[in-house]
Amino acid sequence: MSDEQDHKLEAKSDYVADASSVSTPDIDAVPEAELPDQELYHSHSWWTTYVFSQDAKYIGIQYALTAIGTGLLGLVLSWLMRIQLAFPGLGWLEPSSYYQFVTMHGMIMVVYLLTALFLGGFGNLLIPLMCGARDMAFPYVNMLSYWAFVVAVLVLLASFFVPGGPTGAGWTLYPPQAITAGTPGYNGGIILMLISLILFVAGFTMGGLNYIITVLQLRARGMTLMRMPLTIWGIFTATVLAMFAFPALLVGCLMMTLDSLLGTSFFMPAMVSLGETLTHEGGSPILFQHLFWFFGHPEVYIVALPAFGIVSDLLSVHSRKTIFGYRMMVWAIVGIGALSFFVWAHHMYVSGMNPWFGFFFATTTLIIAVPTAIKVYNWILTLWRGNIQLSLPMLFSLGFIVTFLNGGLTGLFLGNVTVDVPLSDTYFVVAHFHMVMGIAPILVIFGAIYHWYPLITGRMMNETLGKIHFWITFLGSYAIYFPMHYQGFVGVPRRYFEIYDSPYIDTSTLLLNKFITIAVLIVGAAQLLFLYNLFASARLGKKSEKNPWKANSLEWQTPQMPPEHGNWGKELPKVYRWPYDFSVPGAKEDYIPQNQPPSEIIGAKVEKT
Amino acid sequence: MNRKKSIFQLLTEKPWETDQIEADNDHEGRTVNISKQKLGLRTIMAASTVLFSLFVVAYSDRMLVNDWRNMPEPWLLWFNTGILVISSIVFHQATKYAKKEIFDKTKNCLYFIGFLAYSFLIGQLIVWYQLINTGYYATSNVANAFFYLFTTIHGLHIIGGIYFWGKTTSKFIKRSLKKEDINNLIDICAVYWHFLLVVWLVLFGLMLSS
Repeated sequence: MSDEQDHKLEAKSDYVADASSVSTPDIDAVPEAELPDQELYHSHSWWTTYVFSQDAKYIGIQYALTAIGTGLLGLVLSWLMRIQLAFPGLGWLEPSSYYQFVTMHGMIMVVYLLTALFLGGFGNLLIPLMCGARDMAFPYVNMLSYWAFVVAVLVLLASFFVPGGPTGAGWTLYPPQAITAGTPGYNGGIILMLISLILFVAGFTMGGLNYIITVLQLRARGMTLMRMPLTIWGIFTATVLAMFAFPALLVGCLMMTLDSLLGTSFFMPAMVSLGETLTHEGGSPILFQHLFWFFGHPEVYIVALPAFGIVSDLLSVHSRKTIFGYRMMVWAIVGIGALSFFVWAHHMYVSGMNPWFGFFFATTTLIIAVPTAIKVYNWILTLWRGNIQLSLPMLFSLGFIVTFLNGGLTGLFLGNVTVDVPLSDTYFVVAHFHMVMGIAPILVIFGAIYHWYPLITGRMMNETLGKIHFWITFLGSYAIYFPMHYQGFVGVPRRYFEIYDSPYIDTSTLLLNKFITIAVLIVGAAQLLFLYNLFASARLGKKSEKNPWKANSLEWQTPQMPPEHGNWGKELPKVYRWPYDFSVPGAKEDYIPQNQPPSEIIGAKVEKT
Repeated sequence: MNRKKSIFQLLTEKPWETDQIEADNDHEGRTVNISKQKLGLRTIMAASTVLFSLFVVAYSDRMLVNDWRNMPEPWLLWFNTGILVISSIVFHQATKYAKKEIFDKTKNCLYFIGFLAYSFLIGQLIVWYQLINTGYYATSNVANAFFYLFTTIHGLHIIGGIYFWGKTTSKFIKRSLKKEDINNLIDICAVYWHFLLVVWLVLFGLMLSS
């Protein structure tokens, strides 16, 4: 017995590291019950600081720049397609190139630009800063996440250079056509696309793990969930959605890769192709559609929820007013997130389904409009009697509300089976989804970049250039997409690379096509202004004061601006309130930062909203 | 510091009320009282569960088509299942030893678990080899394809587990861990091992029953 005791003691001293030899952070400053400070990785060389960085701020910027670079390619592709549509007589594009460009444009914009920019870019930049953490929970995994994304982008771009070119199956990649002869890139491009998506999902999972754990576990003292900025709520909920939705994409991609490479029959039915009977049999193309849209619909909200969150904060800061109905906004974000998993089949009405099934999905689709409408009302009520500053972020936020409302209303049309079936394959749908998940989130991204640019560079972006950029982008997008609604109503089919001289198509639509294309070229070119502003202002921009927008949230309260490695200097911030105390009666300033102790604002009377 | 709050209680807090402000100011910043590694593992397990559930759904849907022909289950699969069960039991034992601070036995358990995990992977590869030799190619029937797909994905999860087992074991042997960390890390690996056992039982059961 005593032997065993000794043995235990010995073993204990052997295997347990001496507490003093393990570096423990200085916790003198905090009471005993508190959590120890996070241990950080400190870089020593240029490579580990700027390239293989483990600092979430740098990773966020890396993500954002990579995503924007890829997005520019998507933009150029849209130019090429629009020139073809407006001037089919030029023989500008082959039909196969047109389909390839449509596919790559769609996939790049949805996944590699918007998802990566909102979650990878803004998520990494803002989550640690707004929550009051020093960094993400697992910085090394965070770095891996970014580099997996880079490899995914490179694989995607490589598909332009393989024989047969990139896939032309449409961004939905429906089998059997995606991997059957006759579709552009059916044996090379599609494989690279699928591999790229698999890599993206793997990389995103690593990043998403970080976002979730950091938001849940690494917040500053006093930062309860219901004191978090709505930006964080949006990004957090979107990340949770992504963690549940991306596996569906992964399953679909893996099984289609096997169908294509090995010749299995997960999705491929028995087919005759080019006069030959294929070896596949019994596969279910509809199964892929279900998997794809089980990912694809939450994906819409993966993009939209961060935009909702960010725009709420921008509106509140730039109208100097508490966000209207904070709790309702949080509930709406969570509710939309939950509901988004029960609406996917509304993308498949024309694939054919049991009428009751369609009825169910039409109902859920219309129900999801309720929390969404609550959000729109709350944004407007936030503006109501606010001290509205028409700064750049505010302009873009206002543009977002209008655009999102517009795209949301056409969504209500399309959610109904009977309305959707005739409109489904027309430009009406193109107009709808570009408004609601193209232009609207992009406007928020611009607003957010103008808003947080001083935080990143310490300088302001040029206001005049920004205003020109806003008006061209905002009015230009309406010039592009409003006519498309009309084109859809008169029955112009989408996915056609040329309409020819069909007697069923009104000639006015041909003229409209030219008009739209000119607008596309102008709006696209206006983005060069933005890019110039983005890069030039880093050197030439007006020096920004600390907290230039007089915001309350923690990212502006760091000891240095731009924040340094570790964000918070010696002591982590302590939070006493939510980030929406603007224009509080009795307070000296019209804003009370989240970390300002109550003793400094004794006269202030915070009102319930 | 109310940790026991449900998600509904958290979401219905009124952060502007005086009582709530006082309570909130004392909040330590964490939502749940577990280590970030443990919560991270749970997140990953949740995502993996979705992944495997979708595979199961796809399998059940595809099974109904009449070209489906079952494939045999070699006895070796039962043997491999046994290995997984044993390694879970040993891991459970390892966590117990670690808690009681009998670290030499913990170490032996960890080594044995590594051996079992590699044996399982090799066993699975032998099953593949046997099946391929007897003509059950992935292309000959979709049931076979599902079998290879399931075993691959499950095997990749095991390989991921082996990576973290290796990191934990090497840190443990190098004695560079604090006592709480030892328990925390071994616990995490054990939970993941149990999770992969359950996943395998579900997948294997599904393939047996069809």
